[in-house]
Amino acid sequence: MVEHAEIRMVRRGGSKINFREPVITNDSRFLLCAAGESVNVYSTSTEEFVHDLQGHTDLVTGVVLNPSNHLQVYSCSADGTVRLWDFMDGILIKTFIIGYPIYSIYVSEKHGGVVFVVVPMANYKSSELFQLVAVHLPRSGDQEVEARELSAVLCDVSPHPGAVSFGREGEYIAATKGLQLEVFFFKKQKSYRFSLKSGMKKGVKNAFTCVSCHPKEDCIATGHADGKIRLWRNFNQKKEYTYTTLHWHHGAVNTLCFTPEGTNLLSGGIESVLVHWHYTQENQKDFLPRLGAAITHIAVSPDGSLFCTSHSDNKITIIQSCVKVSAIIQGLVKGDGVWTDLIIDPRSKALVLNGKPGHLQFYSLHRDKQLYNLDIVQQEYINEEGLDQFEVVKAAFDARGDWLATVEERRKKGAELEINLKLWAYDKLTQSFVLNTTVTAPHEDRITGMFFSPSPETTMLVTTSLDDHFKAWLLADHSDTKEGFWSCDFVGGYHLLKPGCCSYSADGSLLAVGFQEVVTVWSPASWELLTTLSQPPGAIRDLCFGRLSCSKYLLGTSTKNQLCCWNLLTCSLEWSTPMDVSLLQADPLSENMAAFCSQSGSSDLFVFKPSEPRPLYSQKALCTGKVQHAVFAPRDQMLESCEERTQWLNRSQLYFITQDMDLLTFSTKTEEDRLLASSKQLMVDDSVAVTPFYLLLGKHRRQQLEKQEALTNPMAERTQLPQGSIAIKELLHTPAHVLPSASFLCAMFVRSLLVSRSSAREEKAEEEMESEKEEEDSEGEADPRLGESAAWAPSEEFGAPALTKAQERELRKVKTFDHSWLSSLLDS
Amino acid sequence: MASFKPTKIPIYPKLGEKVTPDTLYWKNYKAPVQIKEFGAVTSIDFSPLAPHNYAVTASTRIHIYGPFSQEPVKTFTRFKDTAYSGKFRSDGQLLVAGCEDSVVRLFDVSGKVALRVFKGHTKGVHVTDFTSDCYHILTGSDDYTCRLWDIPNSTELTSYKEHTDYIRCGTTSKLNRDIFITGSYDHTLRVFDARVEKSVMTMDHSQPVESVLLYPSEGLLVSSGGRYVKVWDLLKGGQPLVSLKNHHKTVTCLGLSSNGQRLLSASLDRHVKIYNTTNYKVVHNFDYAASILSLALAPDDESIVVGMTNGVLSIKHRKSPEEKQEVAGKQRVRPVYRVFVKGRNYVPKKDDFFVSKPVKSHLAKYDKQLKRFNISKALDTALENRKPDITVAVMKELDRRGTLKNALAGRDEQNLSQLLNFLIGNVVDPRFTPVLVTATEMILDIYQAVVGQSSVVDRQLVRLQELVEREIDYQQDLLEVLGMLDTLFATSLPRKEVPCPGSSRPNGLIPTLSH
Repeated sequence: MVEHAEIRMVRRGGSKINFREPVITNDSRFLLCAAGESVNVYSTSTEEFVHDLQGHTDLVTGVVLNPSNHLQVYSCSADGTVRLWDFMDGILIKTFIIGYPIYSIYVSEKHGGVVFVVVPMANYKSSELFQLVAVHLPRSGDQEVEARELSAVLCDVSPHPGAVSFGREGEYIAATKGLQLEVFFFKKQKSYRFSLKSGMKKGVKNAFTCVSCHPKEDCIATGHADGKIRLWRNFNQKKEYTYTTLHWHHGAVNTLCFTPEGTNLLSGGIESVLVHWHYTQENQKDFLPRLGAAITHIAVSPDGSLFCTSHSDNKITIIQSCVKVSAIIQGLVKGDGVWTDLIIDPRSKALVLNGKPGHLQFYSLHRDKQLYNLDIVQQEYINEEGLDQFEVVKAAFDARGDWLATVEERRKKGAELEINLKLWAYDKLTQSFVLNTTVTAPHEDRITGMFFSPSPETTMLVTTSLDDHFKAWLLADHSDTKEGFWSCDFVGGYHLLKPGCCSYSADGSLLAVGFQEVVTVWSPASWELLTTLSQPPGAIRDLCFGRLSCSKYLLGTSTKNQLCCWNLLTCSLEWSTPMDVSLLQADPLSENMAAFCSQSGSSDLFVFKPSEPRPLYSQKALCTGKVQHAVFAPRDQMLESCEERTQWLNRSQLYFITQDMDLLTFSTKTEEDRLLASSKQLMVDDSVAVTPFYLLLGKHRRQQLEKQEALTNPMAERTQLPQGSIAIKELLHTPAHVLPSASFLCAMFVRSLLVSRSSAREEKAEEEMESEKEEEDSEGEADPRLGESAAWAPSEEFGAPALTKAQERELRKVKTFDHSWLSSLLDS
Repeated sequence: MASFKPTKIPIYPKLGEKVTPDTLYWKNYKAPVQIKEFGAVTSIDFSPLAPHNYAVTASTRIHIYGPFSQEPVKTFTRFKDTAYSGKFRSDGQLLVAGCEDSVVRLFDVSGKVALRVFKGHTKGVHVTDFTSDCYHILTGSDDYTCRLWDIPNSTELTSYKEHTDYIRCGTTSKLNRDIFITGSYDHTLRVFDARVEKSVMTMDHSQPVESVLLYPSEGLLVSSGGRYVKVWDLLKGGQPLVSLKNHHKTVTCLGLSSNGQRLLSASLDRHVKIYNTTNYKVVHNFDYAASILSLALAPDDESIVVGMTNGVLSIKHRKSPEEKQEVAGKQRVRPVYRVFVKGRNYVPKKDDFFVSKPVKSHLAKYDKQLKRFNISKALDTALENRKPDITVAVMKELDRRGTLKNALAGRDEQNLSQLLNFLIGNVVDPRFTPVLVTATEMILDIYQAVVGQSSVVDRQLVRLQELVEREIDYQQDLLEVLGMLDTLFATSLPRKEVPCPGSSRPNGLIPTLSH
């Protein structure tokens, strides 16, 4: 098969930002976190994405600040390298090649030039044993250095990054695994082990989950699986160690963190409550409840003013001074799965899918940013394991985006299924959806499909369910109440078969419902069963009407590896082909259809038109596993590609989610070029939180500020004036030793004031002179010069015939001089 | 940090009638006052004069009641047989009544003895009325005649003998002194003009006519007889306008609300129906304990008086607006002046920038407990609540949190019996059954070990068991009925053939093979 160079699969955002502990920089302005194969830099004040550090070729597994230079950061990755970055400018400084996949990284101020990393034990690659090794980073000027000087510190440690912690001033290191705490003292080169009983009693799970050391005192805090926190003291001997127990969490303690001064201990777990223990008075604690989802990591800024917590719903919360949530950095939420298909909101063109539990998230594809969450279930979420929660399982928009229908269900063990159908109306005033109707128990069993009629005249919703019925819902007009609500219009069924899927034709005049092996075609206007189509054995999995010129075709896929196409004018099968299609998706803007087939563990993609059974585009081995969800997102701007292979991407883009919950899309070469160009446009020298908004208004604002300053402070104005010119800036920024000597410059300047004879030479030196003059010109000199030029002008008028050619040229040159700074001076 | 989301109380569809302005208006009466009379109350008439006393004719007496008194202010007892149709004159001074002994008596309201006695009918007189000029009396009798009498001379003026059966109802025109209408058991309504020898108009009701009513404009006439209420257009020569069949027994009495917008009909089926006079739809309905014979409305609908066959007179008074306000005022505690009025009368200046205060949300008591995970207390607070839907919603929320069992456990006898009481009251309500059945099962699981220790709880458990058994029987019966109905519907529906394209090609497979 020919390599399709022009079409490439691209990852579109949605990387995991809660994978490892985030890092707040020393000045508390930036937050760094590992996100997939790169390190993302966010602004802590505006929660805006600043830039990313790209270079790793595998998952980034740890980010730490360089203790000797607070503007540099180390990152480690499963690709076996540790990289040193300048995060302000996003420059890769050095790459240290370790050679083993790294699982976490630790540094200490005391151990300069050494990083501690967790790598798998060389001998036991299969048995998942890990060791903590110290890596002495070689001092060499090269970009890429091989660091081979490894020395093992601790054997058999947990790869979990929270399980190792440096003690007071780096004197010892504490590591936990299973039921054992190990403390290694660097001075004595000796380690002590403390173990707990496995806890045979009911409800006691003593296993360590995390560890954190007090920064000023000899105290180690450990978190346990049963929610206890133990504070260990006096551990520099084998026998007489002590510990005290704190207990508030009812689930496992996920993470622990001391504040930099050691006055407070922060802990978090599945309860999504940040608990704030006072170090000396342990019975006093503060809570910050309802943070949204289970806390996985806590980080504190070096000055202790900012906390940040990572949550299991791919979110980082920044908390100011222990009490106030100041910013939330939200990635694409990928819960336990996506039950709703991927949907495109017709109004905002945002991707809509399951978000936080009980919510729908609206995710902007163009900006890779979550727009907002819509609370569907509207119930207090209880963060507890093993609880049956309400989940949003279906969602659908009508053609204009005025209505949103959602289905939520909760399945209890051994109890009835609870289903609610909710209909939301778009409110123009609040720019959001408002609940209009709730139907409790719309069906007696699970709802398998839900679609709005695409016709603009009627807003009709069809739901199919495993209770052998499909129902049509209509917006009923009620003159006495102000707004109408939805009610059931029709209940249909076919020989007590279970309907699996349904589809509307493009104009809404036909409804096809698949009842196991039979496709029934109904007229929604009269609810008459028009015809039935049957096909070779195998229940129907997916139904899809053709669009535009192909609207006479109905496509269906069956569980027995068949893709069939019926012609609705003749009610006969047009063609069929044996394919195991797991997903069939129609492009709403063109005739194209995308079919994802799963074959021997990987997925293939075929794009075709129903009218011709020959694929327009096909890609084998797209990704491993089945593709469950895909959607065509309409483009803002149409592409004008004439190539047959890329033509199908002209109007809309195909997004899909793999089994590993990666959001992928296809992009063409021309598109990438365009994106690259636009990103260059957006580049700005200042690194603070650059947003398009800032680009628009920031400059204007700065100019205004300058003006104001100039008005209030004439001194400031004077110092600023010469910086207006690029030449002067260049001159001032050039190191002094590179510049020619001052006497040389002065001589040149003075010579330039004279009326010279040879014009050719002058034009050459023009640029230099311009800069010189402006440099030498202090404010004091500017005024006489002004007077000079003013004096020249009348003389020119009076004695016009007397001027020589050279003089004329000189004058013209004066005219071309940059007078902007002068005029601004005059204005003020 | 999101705020606590309060428990959602589902809105259940309201059972029963819809609330309309009419229901609000007609519900706005106090509980009825009941007075026992000596026999069936055949007629009630309100005095047109200010205190609006009313004359109640029952058995051999006529009682006159004041608007709010339960004891009669006056009684006329000089009847030798059953009295009928006590009516006030338009000035409220005189009262006329017929009697089974065929004598018509005229009383002064302040006197006791009859002022005039009109003799001439040969059988009982069921209908009496004053003409609009106040000098004549109309009577209708079981001797098939209706007559006009002169009051000053107590002589008979005219007699009409056109009906062929008992005359049981009639009314005089309030605009013309010569016109009157009678209804008879011979199924006809006749309009008479005293200046003419014969009836001027005849209408066929096709049922024995029990009551007639003239609209204030006197363009429309309403008659009732049998189960029907019919409206006739007099200006179109007695053309029938509407026929209403909303009662399932004979309609005995008709009334008109004071503004003429609503028509009332009372029937032996113990109901009073209220119709809208523009579209003749029933807008409200009153139920009474016995068959109704007579009905009257006080001016301005201040009270509704209904007389029944068992001799009970039921009087409903309209609630006065002051009382309503009083009730509302008691519930609400007035705000403290200092706290609530501070800054209220501040007038913002032109350039002021408004900063709206964040609205503090108040949680219900049970939500406060739920927020703190005090589950038992939350259930207790919810049980104290009078509304079962709130209690059930809290139970559902606890069940969702997986803690309903913990909340139900550990209760003493008093607490448990309170809980069981609630279950007995609501478990068969179809809106609450799914949640309450789970709760009941949990209670039985938890407390099965201690059954038999408390007589109170045991009794309640037995009651609950009986209740559930009865409900199961009901459901079974209902399912049987449903099955029968389904069979009936299935036989009556015409069978429709679904066009099948596969008649020529079995299942559309053939083109594939040829493809």
